[in-house]
Amino acid sequence: MVQNSEPKPLLEIKDLAITFSTPDGPVNAVRNANLTVMPGETVAIVGESGSGKSTTALAAIGLLPSNGEVSAGQILFDGEDISKASEKRFVELRGNHIGMVPQDPMSNLNPVWKIGFQVKETLKANGLAGSNPKQRVAQVLADAGLPDPETRMNQYPHEFSGGMRQRALIAIGLACRPRLLIADEPTSALDVTVQQQILDHLDTMTSELGTAVLLITHDLGLAAERAEKVIVMYKGQVVESGPALELLRNPQHPYTKRLINSAPSLAAQRGDKHEMAVDEVVAEKSEPLLKISNLTKVFDIRKGFGRKEKFTAVDKVSFEIPKGTTTAVVGESGSGKSTIAQMVLNLLDATSGDIVFDGQAIGKLSERELFKYRRRVQPIFQDPYGSLDPMYSIYRTIEEPLRIHGIGNQASREKKVKELLGQVSMPASTMHRFPNELSGGQRQRIAIARALALQPEMIVCDEAVSALDVLVQAQVLELLDELQRELGLTYLFITHDLAVVRQIADNVCVMEHGKLVEQGTVDEIFENAKSDYTRNLLSAIPGASLI
Amino acid sequence: MPENQNQNPEAGLPISKIRAGKVSKYTIPHFVAPLDETPLQGVDAVKETGKPLSMWAEAWRSLRKRPLFIISALLIIVVIAIATIPGLFTSVDPTSCYLEFSNEGPSSGHPMGYNFQGCDVYARAIHGTRASLMVGIFTTIFVVLIGGTIGALAGFYGGWLDTILARLGDIFFALPMVLGAIIVMQLPAFRDNKSVWTVIVTLAIFGWPQVARITRGAVLEARDADFVKASRALGLSRGKSLLKHVIPNAMAPVIVVATVNLGVYIVAEATLSFLGLGLPFEVMSWGNDISSAQSQLRNNPMMLMWPALFLSVTVLSFIMLGDAVRDALDPKSRKGN
Amino acid sequence: MLAFTLKRFLQLIPVFIGATLLVYFLVFATPGDPISALSGGKPMTPAVESALRAQYNLDQPFWVQYGLYLKNLVTLDLGMSFSGQEVRDLLARAFPVTARLAVMALAIEAVFGIFFGVIAGMRKGKAFDSTVLILSLIVIAIPTFVLGFVLQFVVGVKLEWAKPTVSGGATWGELILPAVVLGLVSFAYVLRLTRTSIIENKQADYVRTATAKGLSRGRVINVHILRNSLIPVVTFLGADLGSLMGGAIVTEGIFNVPGVGNLLYRAILKGETPTVVAVVGVLVIVFVLANLIVDMLYALLDPRIRYA
Repeated sequence: MVQNSEPKPLLEIKDLAITFSTPDGPVNAVRNANLTVMPGETVAIVGESGSGKSTTALAAIGLLPSNGEVSAGQILFDGEDISKASEKRFVELRGNHIGMVPQDPMSNLNPVWKIGFQVKETLKANGLAGSNPKQRVAQVLADAGLPDPETRMNQYPHEFSGGMRQRALIAIGLACRPRLLIADEPTSALDVTVQQQILDHLDTMTSELGTAVLLITHDLGLAAERAEKVIVMYKGQVVESGPALELLRNPQHPYTKRLINSAPSLAAQRGDKHEMAVDEVVAEKSEPLLKISNLTKVFDIRKGFGRKEKFTAVDKVSFEIPKGTTTAVVGESGSGKSTIAQMVLNLLDATSGDIVFDGQAIGKLSERELFKYRRRVQPIFQDPYGSLDPMYSIYRTIEEPLRIHGIGNQASREKKVKELLGQVSMPASTMHRFPNELSGGQRQRIAIARALALQPEMIVCDEAVSALDVLVQAQVLELLDELQRELGLTYLFITHDLAVVRQIADNVCVMEHGKLVEQGTVDEIFENAKSDYTRNLLSAIPGASLI
Repeated sequence: MPENQNQNPEAGLPISKIRAGKVSKYTIPHFVAPLDETPLQGVDAVKETGKPLSMWAEAWRSLRKRPLFIISALLIIVVIAIATIPGLFTSVDPTSCYLEFSNEGPSSGHPMGYNFQGCDVYARAIHGTRASLMVGIFTTIFVVLIGGTIGALAGFYGGWLDTILARLGDIFFALPMVLGAIIVMQLPAFRDNKSVWTVIVTLAIFGWPQVARITRGAVLEARDADFVKASRALGLSRGKSLLKHVIPNAMAPVIVVATVNLGVYIVAEATLSFLGLGLPFEVMSWGNDISSAQSQLRNNPMMLMWPALFLSVTVLSFIMLGDAVRDALDPKSRKGN
Repeated sequence: MLAFTLKRFLQLIPVFIGATLLVYFLVFATPGDPISALSGGKPMTPAVESALRAQYNLDQPFWVQYGLYLKNLVTLDLGMSFSGQEVRDLLARAFPVTARLAVMALAIEAVFGIFFGVIAGMRKGKAFDSTVLILSLIVIAIPTFVLGFVLQFVVGVKLEWAKPTVSGGATWGELILPAVVLGLVSFAYVLRLTRTSIIENKQADYVRTATAKGLSRGRVINVHILRNSLIPVVTFLGADLGSLMGGAIVTEGIFNVPGVGNLLYRAILKGETPTVVAVVGVLVIVFVLANLIVDMLYALLDPRIRYA
């Protein structure tokens, strides 16, 4: 608790409990939460999805969903309890006392109004538009780092990139110089380099304005780097809180320890690696299983009136994957990395170049050879909610590849399904369930089991762990690693997250705008990156210099 | 994509700051919650309690608790029973009419009285159920088969096929169903062969584009799902992945629209019959009865009200069913308005 | 915006040609001789028959026939009715009546549908919402002609609040009752569409952000929820203008309104095929134009469309 000699806290949450009424009865989303934010201070709440971190923050600005309410405790803003404040009081507070920067830049701007209008109404609502609102709007947008604000303010959100939209949202959140800014995962939808610049800018602005920030994030490394104080939430409760660096270096609660051990951004810095690295010598000697040379993919983009434009998604990319190793292809959105995965899986035809798998060029396979090839190369996709057919039971899902390829009979297939479930550490009883009953991580494990059913030699993981919470992500990565050691699998691992790469890959290919900018072993890339782009990517990993 | 044209202001800027973390000027206590308060649970453990439920089973569970569903389902069962075995509900012969009873009010055994020709209104309404229901059901079947197939092919294969089918749909859309049906039904070929089936064919001709549009949208959505890509990578052919994965996942909105439309087709048939262009006059149907009752509206309004009530309740029960099914399948859905 | 309008206009041309071709094909290429239909099946002399054939270009190949029909349609040369009147003149008299009726019906469904839809959507799950929802289903379930008769009987005959039928002049006042009947079913659809749209937008992220900016509740509703929710409703209303013209056949028949629907219906009953084809052709033009207006309104309301 805060001592008397210190100044009054700006925000003080005491024994807060938040309850949601659902058709299945009340759910306690937050219990006994305590936290204080001092004026001008940045406090980060860290937790997995469902930990109650966003709910706690939203309660402080009176934006709980309609079925949620503060059922106990106090939220003191500048000494005033606003936990039960009227809507009218909140309208007064929002904007000029408490501002917010939301998570998803794509859905948080009204698509039918110009950016300038959306900033202007913020200023007007809080009586800060002044005599020349246009100029104020331009100023506010310029402050948020948006270039050419006079033109930009007359554009609609869909004309902006994700990073620019987030800047517009930051402009809106800080337009009325609030004393407290609630930033709810403000950059988790953005590429790392964009994320870093936006957070840097937010830092500068809030320290200039003296704004306190309540930062909600799932990334402990990011929290430690950006905040003075970190609060760790787990299952609706605060399990640990304290000075950021101390908490990071000396975690006390087992959950915090677990989180720190699993966070890829921190692990990357420690140089944690799976044991496969030991076999690297072996890997280098072995034959390349997959050989990609001069691979190019050009898309036609229709522009209306029959006009077409060519867009080169993948531009003369060449690399090899030695048998039994993991090669990661890393890049930001639009780098062409997923297009490569789709071509390797033969879901897309290459415009030119070759993909040679085990000595066979896959572009020229006959229908029958392609069918055989499919058996040897299997995918795991990103979205755990989209990669399993919701109509199929888990048993049918895993059995489907066996059935397609006519392997075994009913009884042997059932035995195989049980065996596969065991391999991905799922109880055999899961096979009667349906995807909608499983969590994201569990679905991803089922997707792995399905991929393993045909005993493939290579698995293409397209952002396979990107949508998962850190602990679950670590678990799935470990599983992939184990399977590689047991079965001698080869992985092509597509990801935007360089931090994850260090945990899983042997070799790394870095891509930018369809081109391969750099390739090498994990150590070469992490310790001695040659290109500026790779170095930028590396230094943008949050928490880079903290451990 | 206009977004690609905007130069990215973030790209290519040098990384200037080295972030070393922040230290507060206030003393911050290090709080650790007692472990027994929030016991650590296994990461991502599988819940093994509760019965496994498929999406349909789950929808069914929520459906059977909805009053709207219960009422409409019961009504539909009654209507189907009336249509299949009208003899169960009335023993009066609807075709034996006595002019001496013309326009007479209700009497024992004849709860709804007589019409102008002296036929029993109740018996006629009961026996008229079959024609309406047949038109509703068979039109729906044809429309779903034609519209569903065309929509699914257009959505799944895209390209020129989609363009052609979309334009074809637009062309039919430019003619509202009732107007189109009126034109077709007055053609000599149809006018001289009026029957339940000509009405069904006519309504199906103008009804399919709507179902095609909805199926196309649903298929388009399911087509790009990762599980379809995954099934292709497992070795399933395009056609088979359409049949086994895409179509089952695109069914929900089609089922909803089909249910609602069943009611709409019944109304359309009644409207055509009312205009004298639908079912032949010999076929007992609500639309025909309403049509012949209109001349007597001022003397005997109930003669029109009774068949109208049968018609409206039947249509209402299908529309309610569709509404309930929509809510159960996807509370947020607004497909097919 | 100009390029967009032009593009949409060009896209409508094949739709127009296709729809008229469809009608023409249905009428003239199906079994059954339109000439014998012309005479109502009565025998006629070969001379009369061939004269009629020539008049309707039936002695020409199908494509020539259709081309002539299209040319006549575009130049509004619609031929003569059996009673010897120019179809164009008949239409010129009937069209304003139906237009008035349709505009009134559209206004009724838009005003009341949106009003009740917004209230229901804002109070989702409350008593008002549930009642309105059930009532709207009932309205949709009752066929227009039943509604027409009931209202005509109750309001016109029993209560005598309005004249049960419309005079030749078809004044605005006389058309209120038919317009209510014509617009009622669509009113229910507008209401439901507005409601779902409001409910969806209420939960949108940008609405939460707008609230977080410190806007008053009224402003959030008017500027952010309503504006976005009305986009699909406006689209529906525009498309509905077309179906109102079709629905007018029934309504105009019941209330004896001297409009296009009535004209068409009589022509159908009399078997005046050329008149039917001509009137329907004009209606298709109206639908297609209504579609164009919808597209433009859509683009006006939703900036994302303009670039699509």
